[in-house]
Amino acid sequence: MSGLEDLYKEIILDHYRSPRHRGELDSPPAHKTEGFNPLCGDEVLLTFALEDEVIQELLISGQGCSISQASASMMSAAVQGKSIEEVRKLTRQFKAMMSIHEESIGAESPPSEDDKPFELGDLEALKGVVKFPVRIKCATLSWNTLLTGLDELEV
Amino acid sequence: MSLPSDLKSNFPLLSQTINGHQIVYLDSAASSQKPDVVIETMNHYYRTINANVHRGAYEIAAQATEAMEQARAKLATFIGASSANEIVFTKNATESFNLIARSWGGQNLGPNDVVLISDMEHHANIVPWQILSAEKGFEVRWIPLTPDGHLDLSQLDRLLNGVKMVSVTAMSNVLGTLNPIREIADKAHSVGALMAVDGSQYVPHLPTDVVELGADLLCFTGHKMCGPTGIGVLWGRAELLDAMPPFLGGGEMILDVRRDGFTPNELPHKFEAGTPPIAEIIGLGAAVDFLDSLGMSEVRQHELDLTDYALRVLNDRYGEEITIHGPSNASERGGVLSIQYRDVHPHDLSQVLDQRGICVRAGHHCAKPLMRELGVGATARASLYVYNDQTDIDALVESLAPAGELFAR
Repeated sequence: MSGLEDLYKEIILDHYRSPRHRGELDSPPAHKTEGFNPLCGDEVLLTFALEDEVIQELLISGQGCSISQASASMMSAAVQGKSIEEVRKLTRQFKAMMSIHEESIGAESPPSEDDKPFELGDLEALKGVVKFPVRIKCATLSWNTLLTGLDELEV
Repeated sequence: MSLPSDLKSNFPLLSQTINGHQIVYLDSAASSQKPDVVIETMNHYYRTINANVHRGAYEIAAQATEAMEQARAKLATFIGASSANEIVFTKNATESFNLIARSWGGQNLGPNDVVLISDMEHHANIVPWQILSAEKGFEVRWIPLTPDGHLDLSQLDRLLNGVKMVSVTAMSNVLGTLNPIREIADKAHSVGALMAVDGSQYVPHLPTDVVELGADLLCFTGHKMCGPTGIGVLWGRAELLDAMPPFLGGGEMILDVRRDGFTPNELPHKFEAGTPPIAEIIGLGAAVDFLDSLGMSEVRQHELDLTDYALRVLNDRYGEEITIHGPSNASERGGVLSIQYRDVHPHDLSQVLDQRGICVRAGHHCAKPLMRELGVGATARASLYVYNDQTDIDALVESLAPAGELFAR
């Protein structure tokens, strides 16, 4: 059994206590997308401004547990200034790290060599969440919400 | 009389350690632990008399049938029903409510009718009505709450206008509130409405008498009262159940089947299609024997004392830092304590408690309309049963502060 220190690493608690990029952009012109975790009631609201397929600014609001809030905060820091394609790659990498079942059920898009231009950096701290399977959904909530938002743009 | 002090030793699961700590199980509102006698009774069934019921003429089939029907009779006595035929076995309380909605509601509800429920219902007593309402066009109306977590009955007369069915919980699974079912039932009956009661949190914890409650229908589940999962009960007055059409169709629930139709079986088999969960029914009968041996008045007194102790020590220790939802007086509630501690998210709180072997539930407890009324997304819920004692409460109290430190902003 893993200890709590695997889950609540200092950098995670730091993002939870001092979340980055909190707030909402005016929408429109910014894009807006919402995500919910029906199990625990966590919710995340993302607003982001795009220019030339690049995320110029992304703000986060909503409420939830330390893992969901820290993950959202880390994501907000990681995606500013990145292109949509880069964000998609980063998201795939992050979700692969969060996946405990990828081999048994087949990952939706397993990361290829091509997918590793980024260091996950701070995000690596969330790796410990995998040892607490019920919390994985907390960590991936904001990322899935961002993917949904990006998908909506392409419809 | 009080409960035996060594009651924990009857529950094998409670002897284990979790994360290096003796387990402290505080989630009985979700599911109770099982005493040896229930586990052994089910084992005995499978080892010695496993056979399908109401069919074979051979010895073990007769014994299995007899054991199952004895369990039905025990449940009838346990809740003050006038006949074992009024006890219908279902999968759980959720299925019991779906049976009521589909069978009684399907026959009796139309566009101008109203079903009155409340803001503190479990989804099991909400969604079946909403599903049927979408088909039949009746209104689902809600009894609101007072700020201290009681049903606000000040407008009940007005709310009852046009109501054919009142369906309310006897005890909230989030707030612990004990509701004045008899008072509501009397008013419901005065306008010609029926009274259905969610007894999921009440029947396992308080002496239950359906006549005293004034109920027409009562739903509860086995696994919250020391019994196994997969077995629930619907009790209804015989003439009411008799008038209701079958719910699920298949074997067992018929007297005759012809090419041009079927004749439903008599009560209670009319509502028990297919092979029943025989081991679970017999196990639930053993759970009823176990609770009877403790005495339900003693069970209530034990939980009342423990709830009072918990409210006192939590408030003394944490004061303004803690919110315990629901009535502040233990006599008005059961042993369900939904806690908000500082601004620690319930998920984080339960995670920290788990590290100390303490099992509490974090989430919306299948009561999202109530969560919205409370203005929270989730709560951490500690709930008590016969095997809990002051040491369990003390462990909970001691463990909140470290969680608060970890997540202090």
